Amino acid sequence: MSGGAPIPLAIHLDHQATTPIDPRVLDAMDPWLRAPAANPHARNPLGYRAAEALEKARAQVAALLGANPLEIIWTSGATEANNLALKGIARAARAQGRDHVVTTAIEHPSVLEPCRRLESEGCRIEMLPVGTGGLMTPDAVAAALTPRTALVSVMAANNEIGTLQPIAAIAEACRDRDVPFHTDAAQAFGRVPLEGAADLVSVCAHKLHGPPGIGALRVRRGIALEPLLEGGGQERGLRPGTVPVALAVGFGAAAAIAGAQMAEEGRRIAALRDFLLTRLRAACPELRLNGDAVRRLPGNLNVTLPGVDAEALMLALPELALASGAACASGRPGPSHVLLALGLGPEEAASSLRIGIGRFTTRAEVERAADLLSDALRSFTAGR
Amino acid sequence: MAAALDLVGNPSSVHAEGRAARAAVEGARAAVAVLAGADPAWIAFTSGGTEANNLALAGAGSGRRILASAVEHDSVLQAAPDGALLPVDRHGVLDLGTLDRVLAATEGPALVSLMLVNNETGVIQPVAEAAAIAHRHGALLHCDAVQAAGRVPLDLDALGADLLTLSAHKIGGPKGVGALALRPGLALSPLLRGGGQERRMRAGTENVAGIVGFGRAAELALAELDRQHAVAALRDRLEAALSARAPGTPLHGAGAPRVANTSCVGMAGVPSEVQVMAFDLAGIAVSAGSACSSGKVKPSHVLAAMGLPAAEAACAVRISLGPGTTEAEIDRIVEAWTALRARRSAAA
Repeated sequence: MSGGAPIPLAIHLDHQATTPIDPRVLDAMDPWLRAPAANPHARNPLGYRAAEALEKARAQVAALLGANPLEIIWTSGATEANNLALKGIARAARAQGRDHVVTTAIEHPSVLEPCRRLESEGCRIEMLPVGTGGLMTPDAVAAALTPRTALVSVMAANNEIGTLQPIAAIAEACRDRDVPFHTDAAQAFGRVPLEGAADLVSVCAHKLHGPPGIGALRVRRGIALEPLLEGGGQERGLRPGTVPVALAVGFGAAAAIAGAQMAEEGRRIAALRDFLLTRLRAACPELRLNGDAVRRLPGNLNVTLPGVDAEALMLALPELALASGAACASGRPGPSHVLLALGLGPEEAASSLRIGIGRFTTRAEVERAADLLSDALRSFTAGR
Repeated sequence: MAAALDLVGNPSSVHAEGRAARAAVEGARAAVAVLAGADPAWIAFTSGGTEANNLALAGAGSGRRILASAVEHDSVLQAAPDGALLPVDRHGVLDLGTLDRVLAATEGPALVSLMLVNNETGVIQPVAEAAAIAHRHGALLHCDAVQAAGRVPLDLDALGADLLTLSAHKIGGPKGVGALALRPGLALSPLLRGGGQERRMRAGTENVAGIVGFGRAAELALAELDRQHAVAALRDRLEAALSARAPGTPLHGAGAPRVANTSCVGMAGVPSEVQVMAFDLAGIAVSAGSACSSGKVKPSHVLAAMGLPAAEAACAVRISLGPGTTEAEIDRIVEAWTALRARRSAAA
């Protein structure tokens, strides 16, 4: 990289924002980063080899999704996949007189903002409330469906509170009524088994130890959608642009690794998470866990620490990479829309901390983090 | 770039890791801005040239009539489906008189999309002149400079462009990253929404390693500019040799100003697909038309717009010289080309 700026070392406890790249993924990408200009769409032998690598990666991503490789469309990330799914389906459905989109109040901004856009184009957006743990029930979704419903979008795992939605049951409710179902699985992919049921699934590589800059949308065969980008006809015309082979190869490798070690890794990470939660409760007995205690991403904690300013706590602990909300919203003022949807007040939201544990987090790091957080919490709450 | 792949942070996170990633992205943005001759605050990174072209046309062109030259890249032509196509002359150069007349006859605001360098022929378009005409008529000008970066000096102001598209992988950087440079103050409606990155011009977690690679490639591309006369000498050597071996060999676009590295050569009666395979057996990678129209063999819309009959257009290949191309390699291409031509005429 230019300048070779040193990369600061910290204990990375922000795996919901992004994850460190797995060295095995880097190894798989390396030849393609160095390859002589291999454009997978070029009709020359270098191009053919690149196309072969691309198709292998597509099969790897498809396998972890329980999908057919033909259903995988590469994108630049989950944001683009969500934009493509929401706008692509809703705009195509309008021609058939369907203009109603059902989603939840705790979706990622890359779902909510396209919804607002669609609303300005004349769609009716129905944002369903969630229960206290952030859970959406299949019955509530079914009750919202009308003959004019074009799409239902419910995320598989929430990026702030880690809540896992019952997407298989929601998918079934949608299938019964012939309504396409989309799930934003950016956080769930590679961390928990995806039940394979959604018609459209958004995923990205950098949340599962792959490179940023690539994602995918699974589009079940027979689902019609309008492309967002127009151009050279790549990805079945749904997503033009030269596909970055190295990134796709990295994504495929990351998916294969995640698939192979998901169950064991999930258990290990959940144990570290539970240990940390126990330690934090000991230091701050008023601590409240946000999100569902059981139906939850293995590495995620989101806690309200009454009376503690989360930003100040983070600033006091430069050794730890933590979050007070979603990374993408951090440039933006205002409390988390997810926590507000759970019924927390703005003050409680400002006292909330998100912790994300991942593949390379060690027991020693979690212990160190528990010590630092406990000390800081005691000193923050000492004056009260 | 490999080091940047190891950067743990999400550039939007506020902790130290996030700030390191942010610093890397902003360093790269500055380098790309220098390459484009643009203001770093007005550079939005995208997933590549295709997205940047789509963003320019959809984001600045809504409510405007889109006018594009007939030789634009597919990502412009497809994004401007009801736009009028502006003709080019037989050398592939935009007809400025027609542009002026079409703009004068256009009601309401317009956006003109004109590439700086054509991807099939290397022909350089009179972008600054076109921009002056566009602005005189109150139109915006978008310039797809994907093929131009590192081959001709770029300067947003000098070109008069309101929007300018760049792609990393055309300048030796990684695939999966591009940029749109904007004239400061230009209003743009985003294509991807949600997250507020890139000053709300383009949502999505930044492809940090890709962007860092792009920044480094931009620095190297600037240095490449000095070598262009040497590359041109090699290209001229190639074309002179082919013309000497086979007088009358069509060199498409050679009558117009071109970038140094591109030669679009016809071989009468030999389909370009056959040439590609034959060159490959000789260890030389050339291209039939543009790479994007993957799989499907379709005649080049660029050569057609230059007035070439379909039969002739189907027999052209693009030879692109790289920074590492040597004289010995040029001689090998000439030999392979001559041998193929001799074989085919003997068979005919």
